[in-house]
This record gives sequence, structure tokens and C-alpha cells, in this order.
Amino acid sequence: MMIDLPPFLIFYIAALFVLGTNGRLRFAILLLAPLFGLINLLFLEGETVHTLSLFGEVLTITRLDRLSFLFGFLFHIAAFLGLIFSLHVKDRVQQVAGLLYVGSALGAVFAGDLLTLLVFWEILAFTSVFLILARGTARSYGASVRYLVFQVFSGVLLFSGTALYFYERGSFSFNEIGLVDLSSWLLLFAFGIKSAFPFFHNWLTDAYPEATPTGTVLLSSFTTKVGICLLARSYPGTELLIYIGVFMAMFPIFYAVIENDLRRVLSYSLINQLGFMICGIGIGTEMGINGAVAHAFNDVIFKGLLFMSMGAVLFRSGKMDGSALGGLYKSMPWTTGFCLVGAASISAFPLFSGFVSKSMVMVAVMEEHYFTVWLALLFASAGVFHHAGIKIPFFAFFAHDSGIRCKEAPRNMLLAMGLSSAICIFNGIYPYLLYSYLPYVVSYEPYTFAHVLTQLQLLFFSALAFCFLNLFSLYPPELPGVNLDFEWTYRKVIPLIAWRVLLLCRLIRRFFLEYSAFVFDEFVSALYRYHGPRGIVVHSWPTGVMVFGTILLLGSCLFVYFLNTVIN
Amino acid sequence: MIVSHLPVLQVVVPLLAALIVAVVRSGTVSWMVTFLVSSAMPFIAFALLFQLLSSGPFTYEIGGWVAPFGIEYRVDFFTCFMLIIVSFICVVAVPYARLSIASEVSPGNQPFFYSLYLLFITGLFGIIMTGDAFNAFVFMEISSLSSYGMIAMGRDRNALVAAYQYLIIGTIGASFYVIAVGLLYIMTGTLNLVDISERLRDVESMRPVLAAFVFLFVGLGVKFALFPLHLWLPNAYAYAPCFSAAILSGTATKVSGYLLVIFIFRVFGVSFEYVTAPVISVFFFLAVLGIIIASVAAVFQDNVKRVLAYSSVAQVGYMMLGIYLANLSGLTGAIVHFFNHALIKSALFLAVGSVFYRLGDVHLRNLSGIGKQMPLTMAAFVLASVSLIGLPGTAGFVSKWYLAQGALERGMWPLVILLVFSSVIAVIYMGRILEVAYFGEPSSSSVNVREAPASMLVPLWVLALSSIYFGFDTRFSVGMASKVAETLLMGSG
Repeated sequence: MMIDLPPFLIFYIAALFVLGTNGRLRFAILLLAPLFGLINLLFLEGETVHTLSLFGEVLTITRLDRLSFLFGFLFHIAAFLGLIFSLHVKDRVQQVAGLLYVGSALGAVFAGDLLTLLVFWEILAFTSVFLILARGTARSYGASVRYLVFQVFSGVLLFSGTALYFYERGSFSFNEIGLVDLSSWLLLFAFGIKSAFPFFHNWLTDAYPEATPTGTVLLSSFTTKVGICLLARSYPGTELLIYIGVFMAMFPIFYAVIENDLRRVLSYSLINQLGFMICGIGIGTEMGINGAVAHAFNDVIFKGLLFMSMGAVLFRSGKMDGSALGGLYKSMPWTTGFCLVGAASISAFPLFSGFVSKSMVMVAVMEEHYFTVWLALLFASAGVFHHAGIKIPFFAFFAHDSGIRCKEAPRNMLLAMGLSSAICIFNGIYPYLLYSYLPYVVSYEPYTFAHVLTQLQLLFFSALAFCFLNLFSLYPPELPGVNLDFEWTYRKVIPLIAWRVLLLCRLIRRFFLEYSAFVFDEFVSALYRYHGPRGIVVHSWPTGVMVFGTILLLGSCLFVYFLNTVIN
Repeated sequence: MIVSHLPVLQVVVPLLAALIVAVVRSGTVSWMVTFLVSSAMPFIAFALLFQLLSSGPFTYEIGGWVAPFGIEYRVDFFTCFMLIIVSFICVVAVPYARLSIASEVSPGNQPFFYSLYLLFITGLFGIIMTGDAFNAFVFMEISSLSSYGMIAMGRDRNALVAAYQYLIIGTIGASFYVIAVGLLYIMTGTLNLVDISERLRDVESMRPVLAAFVFLFVGLGVKFALFPLHLWLPNAYAYAPCFSAAILSGTATKVSGYLLVIFIFRVFGVSFEYVTAPVISVFFFLAVLGIIIASVAAVFQDNVKRVLAYSSVAQVGYMMLGIYLANLSGLTGAIVHFFNHALIKSALFLAVGSVFYRLGDVHLRNLSGIGKQMPLTMAAFVLASVSLIGLPGTAGFVSKWYLAQGALERGMWPLVILLVFSSVIAVIYMGRILEVAYFGEPSSSSVNVREAPASMLVPLWVLALSSIYFGFDTRFSVGMASKVAETLLMGSG
């Protein structure tokens, strides 16, 4: 069997076929594309598999190494699961956009040079927008525009970075770059926007919750992981990334707590998980990179699973606010179960996948003696457990009974969630298969007495506190949940400060949501005043004015020369 | 035997055809003659190219009169490149013209329209070929006068005003050009471009030369639609018949740009930095301003043709940047953008023309849902927009890439940011159209609209696909442009 195609091409071709087929045939193509792609990937050999000559430069379309292979493998699985999950969707635009989006993500991780990367980067951005737009609400429209602005901005940085990189080094091919010159900074931030660096993260929390139930599942798996893959390739051991990562692991926790839309809670938790990975990349040791990559792998699966379960809830109940949901375990027992598996995985319960990868990052941090960083990550872990491990399942499926009685999720959704859960549990119980594909040789043993005990202590005490507060009705539906976090992690910190932090967060959020919208509106309307159809800039001038302008320009140019000759 | 007369045939054949077409009373017959003549044009252009490749640059003496006394046509890589651009756009677009013009121009006027069209390309070919400054003026007037007519035939009554304004401002531009040529003639005693450039080296008094350059630059700047001199352009493109807009945007501005480049680099020469630099710098700053202002203006237009017109102004700004950079990459970028932008913008205008043909209007509010009604037309529009925005793998990217490299070589990295920033704005203004076309519900006016006929779709798709193709295969476009840029810079250095 000799199939030897660039991985992205299979999805592009599938997209083309989906455009022209209907019914069962289309289902078959949707499901077969990732499977066929996977087989193709397993049969690829060599370092640079596919090249292309483009204006005098040889471009590496497919670069196969351990890093790109693992991400490629992961993306195929994620695509398969995501496509099963969305099999009931009849919207052709979403399916085509989804396939192109997956293909571009593959193209980006396999790209061996910046120009190829740039191509897929842009297609990635433009195809993903359709998954958000497809929801068809006014909010999703606004979110998709803002999303696109961020994505295009990252493309702008990548373009400038690439141009400068080529100018400085005379080649497009890239590997480890490191922060050495302007082009490397531009590229770092281009990758950083995709990885939701703090202050550039709003596109994620803004748009993901507004996408379609199925679109979010796909979105959550690819865009940010492309960023992580590229950071791992180009900026391992960049110390700046450690601090960025820690910050990313910390700050979303506060926002996740005050957020009511459960998919937005998950979006914040996605940033928090990315923080762990970026931290691992920043550490840059073999353990750190392995941890980051392994965690990326697991995160795609369990975060996908959580988004799937929330997507199923949204699909069936039409609601996504924590306060409006509750008691759904009666109607959707399977979904509840799968969601719990996802929650356990993200909270890094032993025997679930999060445990085996997140602890690698923690150990890597410890080995390099970043003690404060380690503490911060520990705090972030507890935070994750609170908002993703407890809050999500609790408010959606348990808590007070909201009275919603809906059907169990469709079978294809259950199947996708079931498979994801299986992978989560498999990786948790037997992580060695995943370990064997990591970029470096793994010398880490997750299931030691100390590791398990530390983690269980963290988790059980936090759960105990949650139950305690809940029993005595000290845990009202929304806000004070954060006190639990604070109390538990920093026992000495008085709850008042936590409140202050929360208030501040709210203020900042309001500022960003309202004030920035206001400034933006003002700016646009000012532009419109001058550039709109009646604005001074595009006004249809009387002929005389045009002529006068031309003469004026001629006169001033002549005057410039006159001055020049006088001076000379 | 005929082969040795190819250069003049390129100009004379459409000129004679214009006379024939003018006396024919039938639109269809006149279209067929036009089509036949236009089809011959690329053959002549390519034949000239092969001749050039085998024997190097050569000249052709009109009527056998030797150069300083007679007029000579020069054939080098730049002329061939421009001839190919113009003749390619023309031959592709003419099949489109029949239905489009039949719907927009009254039957009695159609033969005149085609006659004007043929005169128009006669003028363009003449400007490209001639090696004589005054002869270039004559051809410029031929092409301009006929383009005024082509604009005035638009269905909208505003077309007359637009054509009138273009006439006034265009004539002023042409007069400035003649004044410049006159000043040069006084100082050098010749009209032959090569001779002028040689004798300019020995000119004692610089003042008239300086004034000549200013007049020349402003005059050609009007035709080239350099930023503050672009005011005629939006209305002209918006109210002209769609076919005229496509042809004008694809060829007319490029040819003026060509003449400007020839004068700057070949006649005055960059060595005359003291002559050329101040005005070029002034126009460079204006171009930077223009790129931003015109792009933003394009965002707020509600007539799609005006959106495209403002985008053209911004794109001319790109070309000006390349001219200002005056290094190999930058000038290559500018010249290759002549080609790429001609493909892209003509494709876009043809797509808009197809919509206009079916819908009778191209205001944004009436386009909602048109993507569902005219899928093929709008798909081509998407391809061309992507290329206009400059996504990698498209022709638009190639130009921007070379401009960016040129800017970096001069250490002007803010220009790179300007380039990408304006691409972002292009995303917005093209995205606005696509969003309405694809995500709007078909309005009452567009719900019954069918796909455009094949004779319009084929030209449209040829241009749209080539605007993608030349992003992958740049052997011809960049190959020619870099060779041209090299000789221009060498000649001046």
C-alpha cells in the first residue's frame, strides 16, 4: 500500500467531496477522511516528506519528526471524534469549513518553513470563522468579527515576522528560533495570539462560547494547539514563557468563577490548561517539553469531551447558563457520566489522563527549582478542580433541579463522548503508549506513592470543603465559590481580598466589554463621518475643486524645488 | 516580411479596426470585429516577445525614418511585459463584453462603444511601444479621449458628469505632460526618449529640467490616480459600464504608471537623484496616506464598484511605494503588481458586472444572498478577493512580498506594517461584501436572479484563476518584472 499524501490534502479533498455529495455518502466521507488520513500518516517516512518549489524557494510542505507526528496523530483523532460528534448536523457550510479547518491545522503543524505555515495560518483563521458564524445569532456574528480581527492580527505579525526572518536569514525554513531579534519576537507573538497569551486571549473566551455546539468542539481542539506545537518547536526554554504560562494558568481561574455561561467557563479553563503547557515549554528541559506536549494531547481529548458534553446539553436544552441548568442527570445520565470522566481528567485525578501529563510539567518546574512557579501552578490545579471539575458537572447535571426534562444526547454524540472518555481513561491507566511517542525519552513514573498521595490530598480536601460548604448552604449558586479556592490554597488570605480581586476582575471585564465597545464605536463612527458616503474624503468634489487641488499640488512641488535650488 | 513589421501592427491593426467598426451599424458585427482584432493582439505581443528573446531589444522605425527625425518603436522586456498585460486582459474580457455592453449601452451606440474601445487599446499599445515623448502624448490623448467616451456611455446619468470631470482633470494632466515634454525639448532639442536621457547629462541649467519633472510627475500622476490626484477615479469607475471599468482598472492606470516609471528611471535616471528625489518623496508620503485613507474609504462605500475603485487607489499606492523604494525587490514588486493587480481588479469588476447584468444594481443592500443565487460568479469573486487581500499562494501576495522585501532592504520596516495593515483593511472591505452576499437572506429583488451566462463566466473565471495561478507559478510574472527592474536600475545607475 503506497499512499503518500501531505496530511492536509486528504481533508481538503474530503471537503471538496462533501461539497458535492449528500446523505449517507457524505457521512461516509466525513468519517473516512480522518481514518484514511491516519493510515496515510502512519505510512509516511523520512524527514522532509513533501516539498514544493515556489518562486525560487524550496518549501517543505510536510516535515515529519516526533513533534509533528504526535500532533498530527492527535489532530486526526480529534477530528474523528469531532466529526462523529457533529454527524447529525446537516449544515454543509459547517462541514466543509470544519474539514478545511482541520486540514489547515494539520498543514500548520507539519509545515517545515514559515511561508507554508503562513498559508495554512491564514486558511485556519478564515475557515474557523464559519464555525462561529454558523450559529447565526447576532452575538455570534459580533464575536466572529472580533475573533477574525485577532486572527488576522496574528497573521499580520506572522507575515511581518516571516518577511523579516527571510530578510535576516535568507531562508524560510525554521526550527528552534529563540528570542534573538525582532523577527523572532514578531513570530513569538504571532504564535502567542493563537495560544491565547494573556491580553490577546479575548478572542477565545469571546468566540468559543458563541460557536455552534459542534463547532466549539472542533475549535477547542485545533487553533490553540497549533500555537502550542509551534511554541514547542521554536521557543523551548524561553524563560519569558514560564511567566506567561503561570499567568495564564492563574488568571482565568478568577474569571471562570464569576462566569455563568458554562462553555465560557470551559474556555477560561482552556486558557488555564494552555498555561501549564506554555510553562512546560518555557522550562524547556526534556521533561518540560514532554510534559507540555503530553498535556496538549490529553487536553485536546478531555477538553473536547467537556465541550462535547456541554454541547450536548446546549443541543438538547437550548440553555448554557449555569443558573438556568441543573438536575439534568435524570434526563441525560450518559452525558453526565462522560462529563464526569472529563471533569476527573482535567482535574488530574489519578487514573485519569490529566494526572499523567500535568504532573510531568509540575515535576519539570520543580526540577529546575522554580519554587514560586510551582506553588502558583499548584494553586492553579486546585482552581481547575473547582471550576472545571466541580462547577461544570455540578451546575449542569446536579445542583437544584431546573425542571428541564429533555432527551438523552443523540447517539453519535454519545459515541463521540464515549470514545473520548475511553481515551482519557486509557491514557490515565496506561500512559506508557503516549509516553513512547513523546519528543524525548520519558523517564517519568506517574504512579509513585508520593505523586498519587499529593494529588489526592489536594483533590479530596478541596472536595471536602466544597461538600461542607454546600451542606451548610454556604455555597450559593455563583460567586462565593472562589472563597473556597482561596481559603484552601492560601489559608491565610482573608476572604476580603478575594472579594476585592473578584470585584476588580469584574470591573476589568466591564471595562473591556463596555468601554472598549464604546471606544470602538466612537472610533468607527468618526471614521464614518470622514470616509462614509457623505464624508469629506469621498465626497464627489466639484470639478473646480479637483482642478484647484491639482494645481495646488503642482505649485507646492515646484515650490519644493525652488527652495531646494535656493538652498543649494 | 510581415514579422519585421509586428511592432507597428500591434498599434495599426486596432486603429484600422476602430474605423471599420465605427461605420458598421450592428452591435453584434462590431463586437465580432473587435473580438477578432483583440484575439490577434496577444499573438503579436508574444511574437514580439519571442523575437526579443532571440535577438535582444530592438527598434522599429516608422515609415523608415531614422530615429532623431522619425519616430521609433522600442521593443524591450518592459514593453513586452506591458503589451502582454494589456492584450491578455483585452482578449479575455472582450467575449464578456457582448452581453454586458448589450445590456448597458443602447443598440445604436454599441458600434461606437466598440470603436472607442479599439481606439483605447490603440492608444495604450502606442504609449507602450513608442520611444518618442510627443508621440506618447498623442497616444495618451487617443486612449484618454476614448476612455471618456467609454465612461460616458454608462446607463447611470451620473456617468456623464463623471466622464466630464475625468475629461477636465485628464486634459489638465495631459497638458502638464506636454508642458514637461516642451521644457525637455527646449533643453535638449530632441523628443526621442533615449536622446533626451543622454543629452540631459550635459544640460547646464537645471531649473527647466526640474520644472519639467514636476509637470511630468503631476501630469502622469493624474492618469495613474496617485493619491490626491485620484478624485476622478471613483466616480468614473462607479458609473462607467462594468466592462469599461474592468478594462480601465486593469490597463489604463498601469500604462500611465509604465510611462511614469520609464521617465523616472530611464529618462531622468535615478542618478539624477537631485532631480527626482524631492517629488518622489512628496508623492511617497502622499501614497502612504492614500493607502490608508483610500482603504478606509473603501470600507464605508455602499456601492460595490466604488469599493473596488477606492481599493484601486490604495493599490496604486503600493506601486508608488515600489517606485519610491527604487531597489531591485521593491521595483520588481511594483512592476509585478502592474500585472497582478490588472488580473485581480479586472476579475473583480467582471464579477460585479455579472451581478449588475442580472440584478441591475450593485449597491450593497441589494446584494444580500446573491452568493446563493449566483454561486459561480461569487466564487470567482471570492478567489479574486483573496488574491486582492494578498493571502499567501495568490498573486496579490507575491507583489506584497517583493514590496516588503524591498522595504526591508531599505530598512523601512514600518512600510511592511503598512502593507499588512492595509491588507487587514482589505479583509474588512471585501469581507463586508462577501458577508452580505453569503450570509444575507436573498432580498425581494435578488431572489429571482439566475447565474450569469457562460460567455461572462468564462472570462471571469480565467482571470480569477490566473490571479491565483500567478501566486504559485511566478516564473513569468516575477521573472519578467525582475528582469525589467534590473535593466531599469542598471540603466539609471
